[in-house]
Amino acid sequence: MAAMSAEAATLPAERLELERVRDGLVLKLKGAWRLTEGVASPQGLFERDELAAKPDRLKVDASALAAWDSALIVFLLDLKKGCDGAGIPLDLSGLPDGARRLVDLALAVPEREGARRSDRIAGFVETLGREVQGALKSAGEMLEFLGESLIALARAATGRARFRMSDMYLVLQECGPGALPIATLISFLVGVILGFVGLVQLAQFGADIFVANLVAVAMVREMGGMMVGIIMAGRTGAAFAAQLGTMNVNDEIAAFRTVGIPPVEFLVLPRMLALIFAIPLLTIYANVVGMLGGSAVTIALSDVSLLQYYTQTVGSVDLVDWASGLFKATIYGVIIAISGCLRGMQCKKSAAAVGDAATSAVVTAIVLIIVAEAVLTVIYQVLGI
Amino acid sequence: MTEQQATVSADLEPPGTTSAPSAEAPIVVEDVTMAFGDFVVQRGLNFTVKRGDVFIIMGGSGCGKSTVMRALIGMQAPAEGRVWFEGQNLWEIDETARQLLLQRCGVVFQSGGIWSSMTLAENIGLTLGEYTDLKPKEILEVARLKLALVGLAGFEDYYPSEISGGMQRRAGVARALALDPEILFFDEPSAGLDPISSRRLDELILELRDSLGATIIVVTHELASIFTIASNSVVLDPDTKTQIATGDPKWLREHSDNRAVREFLNRGEET
Ligand SMILES: Nc1ncnc2c1ncn2[C@@H]1O[C@H](COP(=O)(O)OP(=O)(O)OP(=O)(O)O)[C@@H](O)[C@H]1O
Ligand SMILES: [Mg+2]
Repeated sequence: MAAMSAEAATLPAERLELERVRDGLVLKLKGAWRLTEGVASPQGLFERDELAAKPDRLKVDASALAAWDSALIVFLLDLKKGCDGAGIPLDLSGLPDGARRLVDLALAVPEREGARRSDRIAGFVETLGREVQGALKSAGEMLEFLGESLIALARAATGRARFRMSDMYLVLQECGPGALPIATLISFLVGVILGFVGLVQLAQFGADIFVANLVAVAMVREMGGMMVGIIMAGRTGAAFAAQLGTMNVNDEIAAFRTVGIPPVEFLVLPRMLALIFAIPLLTIYANVVGMLGGSAVTIALSDVSLLQYYTQTVGSVDLVDWASGLFKATIYGVIIAISGCLRGMQCKKSAAAVGDAATSAVVTAIVLIIVAEAVLTVIYQVLGI
Repeated sequence: MTEQQATVSADLEPPGTTSAPSAEAPIVVEDVTMAFGDFVVQRGLNFTVKRGDVFIIMGGSGCGKSTVMRALIGMQAPAEGRVWFEGQNLWEIDETARQLLLQRCGVVFQSGGIWSSMTLAENIGLTLGEYTDLKPKEILEVARLKLALVGLAGFEDYYPSEISGGMQRRAGVARALALDPEILFFDEPSAGLDPISSRRLDELILELRDSLGATIIVVTHELASIFTIASNSVVLDPDTKTQIATGDPKWLREHSDNRAVREFLNRGEET
């Protein structure tokens, strides 16, 4: 009530009229009360002397009412609330039958206590606090889920995990060969960009040939895995979240629990294993395509020949570089599987929630991939790899 | 043991008992409160499901029927109180023991819960493969039988998306029957079904009780179903957030001293 604005409080005099009668007050409704004319608020009425004097009753008279729809009902419900608050008995018997029935219907089920969500706007500090709490809770859940998944993975390694191989092949098919076209395009372009930037700089020193080193090292150690990770987060992570989210909505995950099959083993494990297989392979492929991209620019824009570029590339990265890059990529695979599956399993029970789960899975995965990349780079540095 | 038997013969456990009620009653709910965080859904629940009962958990929409059922099938711990399942405190025993108990029951979810990435035969076969040493061919045979029991003979190789909602519900029943459960739970089995299908499902429920000797717990607010199948019930109330009656619904309809119960059973929901 307090939120009622000032202009809503003024009631058009031509649409209603207060009249004093022997046993109280009569509120006469006139003309059309329709949504097209706006919704009137009775707030102003209660400030008038006639009502402030607490009449014995307030009778609504609709004999002059020309037309009505929900606008009238909203007004009457507000009026009823106001009258109840002021302790004035309200007599609605003069209303058209339909209107009276609608009012009764609206009042039939009392508002559930605590059902209405508060529409108060939280202050900055409160919002910040809630966000931090939420982030901490979410990090905790993530760690817990990671733990469960790793236990499941360990069980799989000892052959005791329960899942269907056919599920894993299906996911493998979808996230491996299915991702080749986009992986080709993106990594070729990344190679081209690296090559171009490198060439512009190195040509100033006449060191064109070292573009091959730059592209090879950058692709193999960092960019190949990261690009594949980001592509897979968008393609596969989102798909995992949507699949598991829909399963949650349909009680399928609950059904796994009741028959004693842990959903983490049956649903998460095949997806995680498929990504652990697929991502390193895709990364090797992406690295090679990226080097091709780099060579294309270099050959086109400088005097370096394909053979020179090839020889230089082969000499610039060794097995350790490849292994360290592929290890990172495998970690990204685990991250993508975990975030996709976790968000799917946390999904609330609605269609919109499935969409949110997919979005959140992608965001979580990309953020974690970048963080993991940074952490691993530092660790490699320290270890001298 | 005889002493405990005596306590169970009463319909309600006296509150505060901590000794296990006898296994004569597969499920005894004692002073249970169900809540989501601070939001209490139902409190002070006390009821006993006897062997061979078709026990109805009823009440208006949103009063917490599904939530209470979740406590009985090991999916959500009660905020307070105890659930005795075959004489064991379901929420105090460890996870493995709980799983072992729950293997003896089958659950049919409100929205079917049938696994969408598997054929109907695989849905039924999965648990069989999990808990028995049957060969794939034998599993298929059993799956065929279960599907035939619910009138879905010949649909072994269909995916859930290829059959109607009512058929999915029945497939859910077939899956719940996979391990020949002693206790079967149904959450709103006839919601969204036409009167004839829902009638058939009711008949199926009675049939299952009689042929398998199963104890059946049904969450529903369909009066027609309630009067056809129920032998005992608990009525949950959304306003007082507790149970307002226990007993045979046919008896409660006429004789309950609670007006809300009589109204619910005579006219259906007042929402
Ligand atoms: N995950 C949840 N978190 C918070 N509150 C919930 C959650 N699920 C249900 N509730 C609340 O618990 C109450 C009971 O829900 P429940 O699903 O058990 O009702 P129900 O009796 O089964 O209703 P219906 O007949 O419509 O299926 C509802 O008021 C709902 O608001
Ligand atoms: Mg329900």
